[in-house]
Amino acid sequence: MTKQRAKILVIIPCFNEEASIKQLVGDIQNVKKQYDLPIDILVVNDCSKDNTLEVVKSLDCLCLDLPVNLGIGGGMQSGYKYAFRNGYEYAVQMDGDGQHPAIELPKLLKEALLEQSDVIIGSRFLEGKGFQSSFFRRLGINYFKWLNRILIGRTIHDSTSGFRVFNHKTLEIVNQYYPDEYPEPEAIVLFGLRNLKMKEIPVEMCERQGGVSSIHSLRAVYYMLKVTLGIIFVYIRIKGKWKT
Amino acid sequence: MENVVPFKIQIISILATLGFMYFIVRQIIRGKLREEYSIVWFACTIVLLVFSFWRKGLEQISQALGVFYPPSLLFLLAIGAIVIFLVHLSIVNSKLQSQIKDLSHEVAFLKEKQQKVITNE
Repeated sequence: MTKQRAKILVIIPCFNEEASIKQLVGDIQNVKKQYDLPIDILVVNDCSKDNTLEVVKSLDCLCLDLPVNLGIGGGMQSGYKYAFRNGYEYAVQMDGDGQHPAIELPKLLKEALLEQSDVIIGSRFLEGKGFQSSFFRRLGINYFKWLNRILIGRTIHDSTSGFRVFNHKTLEIVNQYYPDEYPEPEAIVLFGLRNLKMKEIPVEMCERQGGVSSIHSLRAVYYMLKVTLGIIFVYIRIKGKWKT
Repeated sequence: MENVVPFKIQIISILATLGFMYFIVRQIIRGKLREEYSIVWFACTIVLLVFSFWRKGLEQISQALGVFYPPSLLFLLAIGAIVIFLVHLSIVNSKLQSQIKDLSHEVAFLKEKQQKVITNE
């Protein structure tokens, strides 16, 4: 086997995604062939209770099988660590539920390969096409936008988007620390404080194909509280240069 | 002679305290309780023992601090100690959680490596 060493790792965190994962991995493989991209696919199985693991093992991709359920943040960090240790130059995060169409992947990667930004975020609000999320979710997203503007002086329109590309510099940071639960908005503040260049690219997202959202009803209150606290403390920790 | 003849409650509290101490020691010997967590329990036991023998003590301290109802001083101290210990436990918990996360990552990496070895054989 003499193939060019993959430079890009696509990480797909999965929790009970047996319904959608096969299709997603297939789509990414197609995009890889079509655009001749040096991609490896890594599925992180976060202790799914359904057949996700069996389905994933039958697919043409790498697989990390976490021994205990760590949640999206801990799961993603295992993927980032894997990318960092194995010398990948870029890591892409894509949700396992089919919200992020593989067809948008080249757009993000193209931007990343220009090497002008450290973090590329696929944003569903820049052009307002595709699935736009519910009213309350957008309310929350606007709140984070406002919080980001105050804390790091930058406007990120879709800070909850889990469709992202990190370069090696970013991987080095998330290899050390990545928030556990609901990591996306906090990570943005972390990157801002570390002076990473972030760029948003308009993408179209779909409604989830299968699985259950990790955020609903009462959890939403907890979510907002947890993320706000996380953001405030990551800000204090880095601004105050406190040793952790 | 009030201080020499022990009251029923005094005997009960001394016995209960000693029993508690015995329980803690046994847990440590059996390896079910780590020494560092037992310190706070020993401290509590000793305080209880002191006041079991020195019954006037609580009243005297309350008077010195201007506390009108002596048992309320005891409650205040007890609640304070409990809060401190609970915070301590939360810190221990957070540390454990982060260690478990790191370990799970390593286990997942090892599993992946092992899988690769198996498929290459």
